[in-house]
Amino acid sequence: MIETIVDLTNLTFLTIIALAIARLRNLFAVVMLFSVFSLISAGLFVVMDAADVAFTEAAVGAGISTVLMLATLALTYSQKEKKDEHRSGHKPWLPLIVVFITGVMLIYGTSDIPDFGDPDAPAQTHVAPYYLENSLSETGVPNVVTAVLASYRGFDTLGEVTVIFTAAIAVLMLVGGRRKSTTNNNDGDSHET
Amino acid sequence: MKHNLILVIIAKFLIPLIFLFALYVQFHGDFGPGGGFQAGVIFSAGLILYALVFGVETAKNIIPPFVLRLLASLGVLIYAGTGIAGLILGGKYLEYNVLASTPVAGQHLGIVLVELGVGMTVMSAMLLIFFAFAERGQSQ
Repeated sequence: MIETIVDLTNLTFLTIIALAIARLRNLFAVVMLFSVFSLISAGLFVVMDAADVAFTEAAVGAGISTVLMLATLALTYSQKEKKDEHRSGHKPWLPLIVVFITGVMLIYGTSDIPDFGDPDAPAQTHVAPYYLENSLSETGVPNVVTAVLASYRGFDTLGEVTVIFTAAIAVLMLVGGRRKSTTNNNDGDSHET
Repeated sequence: MKHNLILVIIAKFLIPLIFLFALYVQFHGDFGPGGGFQAGVIFSAGLILYALVFGVETAKNIIPPFVLRLLASLGVLIYAGTGIAGLILGGKYLEYNVLASTPVAGQHLGIVLVELGVGMTVMSAMLLIFFAFAERGQSQ
């Protein structure tokens, strides 16, 4: 009962925030609303007993990505664009039709999805029972999520870490370091280049 | 922002707690929610808060970018090295059973090492990306 109320409240908030994000033209406000959206999503994940996912959503979605988007805004924002924000250069009908059709298809698709927590759902009948029954005796780790992530699916996690590492390298190559044409001072980081 | 007393006081109070919580999430991830990824992000969030309040250059004095680059590489190396260690000790790649005397102890050791590698790489990668953006903003 209380879960339904929390779910409904959170989903209502999500809808309102999504509409506000679509309506707003101020990018700073949009970034802050994205952060709130992530935080409320994290609350929804907690209600669904997915604490690890909620943790990641709150830390990455509401925390780090907001900081990074704000940093990007600080780099790319100028007063001239601020004026342009108030006028939108296109008619809303084509995007509206696309969004409407996509939404109808998604809602149609949900009719085939098994109920939440259904024990006969395909996701629950494949390898999940094995993990739930054997992960504690095989790995000695009580948190099944950690056991699956780090041990049973170790290759996947290795790939994820490599992706994050590669992303950092790519960002450093694109925006890292100081450009030689604008600065000519060597303040201690010349040995790193 | 250096003259904002409330921000400075609150940040000084919060940052040690954030670090402590990150370490708790890192090393308690086997028993409760969390793990290396979340711990790395929380740890970097603490340092980013420090950089936002006290300035990026001050934060870079604490943890210079070349240390971060080393840490990011070292994290991936620890993860992949755990796999190689399994190979050397006679198992398959990323098979933790052979790392210690009993399979369960090996699994535990392997998971802790792997999570440590994940945490180091995520923490350093997030900070490197943040510093790259912040540095570009200052040079213009």
